[in-house]
Amino acid sequence: MFYREAGDFKTSYQSDSQTFPIKFDRYRYYVVLVVAFGIIPFIINDYWANSLLLPFLIYAIAAIGLNILVGYCGQVSLGTGGFMAVGAYAVYKLMTAFPEVSMFIHVILAGGITAAVGVLFGLPSLRIKGFYLAVATLAAQFFLVWLFNRVPWFYNYSASGQINAPEREVFGVIITGANAPAWATYLFCLVFLTLCALIARNLTRGTMGRTWMAIRDMDIAAEIIGVNPLKAKMTAFAVSSFFIGISGALFFALYLGAVEVGEAFGIQKSFLVLFMVIIGGLGSIFGSFAGAAFLVLLPVVLKVVGADMLGWPTDIVAHLQLVIVGALIIVFLIMEPHGLAQLWRVAKEKLRLWPFPH
Amino acid sequence: MSDQLIYATEVILNGLMAGVLYALVALGFVLIYKASGIFNYAQGVMALFAAMTLVGIMNGQVPFAHLINATFGVHVTHFGWTIPALLAILLTMGVMILLAWAVQQFVMRHLVGQEPIILFMATIGLAYFLEGVADLMWGSEIKTLDVGLPQGLNVWIDDTTYGIFGYGFFIDNLDIVATVIAALLVAALVAFSQYTKQGRAMRAVADDHQAALSVGISLNFIWVLVWSVAGFVALVAGIMWGTKSGVQFSLSLIALKALPVLMLGGFTSIPGAIVGGLIIGVGEKLFEFAVGPLVGGATENWFAYVLALIFLVFRPQGLFGEKIIERV
Repeated sequence: MFYREAGDFKTSYQSDSQTFPIKFDRYRYYVVLVVAFGIIPFIINDYWANSLLLPFLIYAIAAIGLNILVGYCGQVSLGTGGFMAVGAYAVYKLMTAFPEVSMFIHVILAGGITAAVGVLFGLPSLRIKGFYLAVATLAAQFFLVWLFNRVPWFYNYSASGQINAPEREVFGVIITGANAPAWATYLFCLVFLTLCALIARNLTRGTMGRTWMAIRDMDIAAEIIGVNPLKAKMTAFAVSSFFIGISGALFFALYLGAVEVGEAFGIQKSFLVLFMVIIGGLGSIFGSFAGAAFLVLLPVVLKVVGADMLGWPTDIVAHLQLVIVGALIIVFLIMEPHGLAQLWRVAKEKLRLWPFPH
Repeated sequence: MSDQLIYATEVILNGLMAGVLYALVALGFVLIYKASGIFNYAQGVMALFAAMTLVGIMNGQVPFAHLINATFGVHVTHFGWTIPALLAILLTMGVMILLAWAVQQFVMRHLVGQEPIILFMATIGLAYFLEGVADLMWGSEIKTLDVGLPQGLNVWIDDTTYGIFGYGFFIDNLDIVATVIAALLVAALVAFSQYTKQGRAMRAVADDHQAALSVGISLNFIWVLVWSVAGFVALVAGIMWGTKSGVQFSLSLIALKALPVLMLGGFTSIPGAIVGGLIIGVGEKLFEFAVGPLVGGATENWFAYVLALIFLVFRPQGLFGEKIIERV
């Protein structure tokens, strides 16, 4: 009833190939945009921004990036934490070296630098496949973290070995450092998330996305019908690392403010983002959002319910969280290997027929 | 012999010993991978779980004490008895078999026929789950494990080498014991899979699931068996590592160290796991000794992965792995 193609006639090529061809999807998208840009910035406060919204926005960017690599191109990567660290350190070096340049440019440049590093570590994927590749990307993870820990140039020879985000402005509003207002950091991240999601959505339904999916489904067959595996895999690594680099840059500059590389961008981060992609749904942009929202919300909900309402000690809550996350991943893989995105697809199928059963 | 050469020899010997410990963990991976095609990321956490359970049983800790105390407002920690190491090891083995059965019953049985990468991710979930359960059961503080294995400097080797080179080699007794135990374990595993009925059935399943089914081998039973054997290997590895560096979270990270070992040796080969372990052990110690001081040290964190990465580019199936044949 609400969700259907029937009666929605397209009269131009432009409207036929738009990002959301179905009316319901399009209006939903506009509503979400209006709420996110027009309403939330006015009611946001520090608690909501720091515990939910900022991590959600930033992890969603990382999840979209990883989803392009794992979900669309089929190359499993456990190096996400390392690549996020590249983004963070790149933006730190840029911020401190060119204080007068806009943060927008810095963050995008940081993404570009990460893309270059990603391509470098992606090169072995031409020879190595499956598990072997997953383990090979661990090399990137451990090597990069070690590099940022051991080479003082990366953290500007600071005594603690940490990097701290200096105060920077965009259009006269402070967006990094301790004095940044919540709405400004929120909007800055939101702009990047919206851009990334739009780019990703349109890349994945174009030529490039189709070559990625061909490689994912069967790389040898894809090669035989004329897909260039070098080009497909390298573009997937580049685009994916670009997004992950942006998210790493935002994670450091806007969210944490101060970073110790082994702690913030360790192997646990790689797994966290991978879980977001699995729980959300492999090969779905919406799934990346859903997975990020789910895994950002879960610890907060557990903490509120377990520690604040039931009064359990925090260490028990922390352990329970491990148990629940682990169990959820297993349950999801058994019941719904395609993740939350598949549930959404089923719901839309139901909406299409509603109120009739068949 | 020059001083440098003597130091290098000592480094190599220590590397060999460390390599044996890596190989011990890698062995557990190979067993499960061969029999069921599952790459079991949870192997490291299984070692941690086994070690924690062993310590808990030996000290007579009440399982889930923390949770019970928080829920019921009571205060229990210990039963008040201690159990001798050997009996505790047997009991722990029972727990590991129970765990193997549970994993098969509740997880792996429902995932038969899924893609390998889905199975791999399921074991990551299992690793998180087990880690949480282990912490809830026994508490997350660092524990010491002492089952009576000799530890510390081996005086005899120190004296002998001092007599020959004028410099005493520092070699830990525990490493020597670990080497002997690892050798025994490998011999036992090989004998088990060559000469017993269950072992042969295990190899048959590894070769071809459907063919094994059609001659009347129960896949379910074999998988429980394989996970139990892997649990046993995890227990041995847990005892060794736990004695060496205390039972704590970082124990589960040895799984990550075993990955490059597997990549070097090949996922399907038991000798490969041993040789790979030795190469990684010696390689990372030598690299740290020779190059580490020049680049700021702690190269052990990544050397193994980078070595495996470079190696794989030239030989994607590892040293002893079966040749990968891909068809469309």
